[in-house]
Amino acid sequence: MSEKKNWPLWEIFIRSKNGLNHKHVGSLHAADAEMAIENARDVYTRRMEGVSIWVVESEHITASSPNQSESLFDPANDKVYRHPTFYNLPDEVKHM
Amino acid sequence: MKAPTDYAHLEDQFQARIDAEEKIEPKDWMPDKYRKTLIRQISQHAHSEIVGMLPEGNWITRAPSLRRKVALLAKVQDEAGHGLYLYGAAETLGAERDDLLDELHRGEAKYSSIFNYPTLSWADIGAIGWLVDGAAIMNQVPLCRCSYGPYARAMVRVCKEESFHQRQGYEIMLTLARGTEAQKKMAQDALNRWWWPSLMMFGPNDAESKHTAQSMAWKIKRFTNDELRQRFVDITAPQAEFLGLTIPDEHLKYNEETGHYGFGPIDWDEFWQVVSGEGPCNRQRLKARRRAHEEGQWVRDAALAHAEKRRQRQAAKNDQKVA
Repeated sequence: MSEKKNWPLWEIFIRSKNGLNHKHVGSLHAADAEMAIENARDVYTRRMEGVSIWVVESEHITASSPNQSESLFDPANDKVYRHPTFYNLPDEVKHM
Repeated sequence: MKAPTDYAHLEDQFQARIDAEEKIEPKDWMPDKYRKTLIRQISQHAHSEIVGMLPEGNWITRAPSLRRKVALLAKVQDEAGHGLYLYGAAETLGAERDDLLDELHRGEAKYSSIFNYPTLSWADIGAIGWLVDGAAIMNQVPLCRCSYGPYARAMVRVCKEESFHQRQGYEIMLTLARGTEAQKKMAQDALNRWWWPSLMMFGPNDAESKHTAQSMAWKIKRFTNDELRQRFVDITAPQAEFLGLTIPDEHLKYNEETGHYGFGPIDWDEFWQVVSGEGPCNRQRLKARRRAHEEGQWVRDAALAHAEKRRQRQAAKNDQKVA
């Protein structure tokens, strides 16, 4: 083989137990999705850390850029009225 | 002529984030030297995990009981996993897995020099778990708070898993130390051979360590080599005493005033010799690594070819449906 070809990189997401979200745990290389799941089981769940695995080829993930995070998150920045503490109520009012 | 000032400004901002204990994530701006330092350190760390499988793998088939065998198998498998977490962390910095492996196989990348010592008896497996993994944990626990997010997260997983490694090693030593005269002798011999190389695992003295100051400023490192080495000696000396074994250092003595154990001088000539490739097993380890990689090439190729074939078949099936 003259041209060097490598297994692509996959991002691994694990649900640690039912009722919780899948959470990113790391990445690994695999030839295809099936192998990525098998490898993820061996690499990331050797001690019962998961009940479900998602694998996504890394190149298919679109990420926001840290350079733009200021403008991206800016719209939420000055909207304190979205939080309950913005509203003044007397202490006598209970259960609210 | 604006560029240098811009860079200096970015570097100042970066250092301010580090000083504020913010974590740096893969897509964040970082100085080239920070990136390079991390790639070097994380890949060396990954190589150490992978090469570290070799001296122990040697004993899997000769473990004295099924209990010991499954434990050693699980430990060696963990080390493969740790190597993978770490290669993965290095890749988030833009390093290619293949380049890192090539550097290792060409003998250009370093790995922990401890793995260039031979494992001569079963007691060595005990000593490695107790001392080598003990020293590794001492180094790795502060790395869980390293400024680079993916490295810190990988270390959290590694540290969780490694406490079993050290305990299984100490249990082996304890069993041998409470066994027959011959077994006790074997344990003592292993301690004699592994003690000094374990102390060398923390790296050169602070005055000689060229990377320490910058790595501390970047919060990659949290403690100096000598601080960690002292902590290791303080913790390990009483453990040796409990085993009834003698640490091979006539200068080792508890100092009531400082609350620390004093210890004798380390043979740094031996350390540099092993680092530069002249240790007892350097060639053997690299040869085994290269052979494993080369002999696995056809498996990697076949898996890719198989995946490609399946992808094409699926594509053809989809085309038919459309037609």
